[in-house]
Amino acid sequence: MKRRTPFFLSLLIAALIVVGVLLASFFSITVSSLPALKKFGLDFFLGKQWDPPAKVFGALPFLIGTLITSFLALLFSLPFSLSISILLGEYLKKGRLASLLKSLVDLIAAVPSVIYGFWGLQVLVPWMREFEMKIGVSPYGVGILTASFILSVMIIPNTASIAREVLELVPADLKEAAYSLGATRYEVIKRVSIPYAKSGILAGVLLSLGRALGETMAVTMVIGNSNVIPRDIFSPANTMASVIANEFTEATGNLYYSSLIAIGFFLFLITAVFSILGRHIIKRSSLK
Amino acid sequence: MESPIIRTENLSAYYGDFRALNSITIAFPQNKVTAVLGPSGCGKSTFIRCLNRMHEIVEGARVEGKVLLRDRNIYEMEPTLVRRKIGMVFQKPNPFPTMTIYDNVIAGYKLNGIKLKKSQADEIVEESLRKAALWDEVKDHLHKRGTFLSGGQQQRLCIARALAMRPEVLLLDEPTSALDPVATSRIEELIEELKETVTIILVTHNIGQASRVSDFTAFFYLGELVEFGPTQSLFTVPKDKRTEEYLIGKFG
Repeated sequence: MKRRTPFFLSLLIAALIVVGVLLASFFSITVSSLPALKKFGLDFFLGKQWDPPAKVFGALPFLIGTLITSFLALLFSLPFSLSISILLGEYLKKGRLASLLKSLVDLIAAVPSVIYGFWGLQVLVPWMREFEMKIGVSPYGVGILTASFILSVMIIPNTASIAREVLELVPADLKEAAYSLGATRYEVIKRVSIPYAKSGILAGVLLSLGRALGETMAVTMVIGNSNVIPRDIFSPANTMASVIANEFTEATGNLYYSSLIAIGFFLFLITAVFSILGRHIIKRSSLK
Repeated sequence: MESPIIRTENLSAYYGDFRALNSITIAFPQNKVTAVLGPSGCGKSTFIRCLNRMHEIVEGARVEGKVLLRDRNIYEMEPTLVRRKIGMVFQKPNPFPTMTIYDNVIAGYKLNGIKLKKSQADEIVEESLRKAALWDEVKDHLHKRGTFLSGGQQQRLCIARALAMRPEVLLLDEPTSALDPVATSRIEELIEELKETVTIILVTHNIGQASRVSDFTAFFYLGELVEFGPTQSLFTVPKDKRTEEYLIGKFG
């Protein structure tokens, strides 16, 4: 290597420090979660009971809470994020309105999640309570559905911007071919652009899912923080992230502490898998 | 001259304020190959894109004047209908990579949401691929994606795709510019055969190609139609000095 100037070395060191911090934190999380994993084994994930006073720690309620909130959020957000991406990727490519919309959508991602949590508590929870009273379920206001709504708003920009980018990558000559065969704009989008961009859109969805799985603050504020397996989507619950945020400060005793960290360990793994998978698909589809 | 199937009257085309074509009036005879010849930037591609209303897809592009297909102004017809009657093949082969060879051929029907019976579709696929001289090469791979085909085969697939709509006119926009000489001569042979069923307008900047395959030639320069006539006489006794200079290679 001929680049061994002091400047290059300092850049390299800075990069290595960052990687080192990541590895070190992963290492310490792994080590700290070992006591809980050793004690409960596989039951840590299958155990339905999370009972700190009795020193019984089963994370199944949080696993379920995380999966349901994330998938519901994805479901709610998809119609909006896909519409935005098609609007910006196919119709409004240039101009004031397009750049305004683009920056507003990006702004959604830039708002701190605690703000969403506040909005949820102040506005969404009372609405949900009224709605729940009308349909005759326990009017908690907080719960899985409320958290999913908040989450769905927060993940819109992820899918929307990635899907827009891959739609913009659809070669113009393919669209022209379709137009020359008498297709309308709608038919071109439906039968040429979206099929071509499919894997990239999927990648955007996966990255959104990763974000939803790990989102903490807003969810913690509106999900109701209940440690039992939710009965239905109106029930208060906890996600893996929200139980950590909610109980970490009061975790007394080694096992309690270790159990929370073990949850974090697996949350880390799950979100990493989704993020790597999503990025991998993006890379592959843009090389094509 | 034989009866024209498509003609233009004072056709001008613009990109924003820039005028790319200046008042073109020309009539294309039926079942003949007409070459639209000229140096790059002369407006020849823009011209044929006006003939099937593809020009207007570009933002800020507009057209003045008339294009008459069998005496009907295509600018008073649905653009999608116009494009089904007047097919187009592009410079770069552009089969749909997400579709099989079979689906590529009937893509026009699929895109337009026209339902075909299986037997009808089979018939159209075979007929179009035969016309495009591709059937023998792909008949055993119809349900594979067309991406493994060579450039020349892909271009013939695109020709089959255009023919499948049974157009009255086929516009070829420098269809061999991305192909090697062997693939080029196969396409040229194909053009000869195709004119029995469809009127062909071939854009090219290749003088040799125009002389080999066309019955008529229109020479375009700087957005103007300089000269139009039977290929043989235009090549041997050009009336305009600019045509002559282009043909002997003074510019272009």
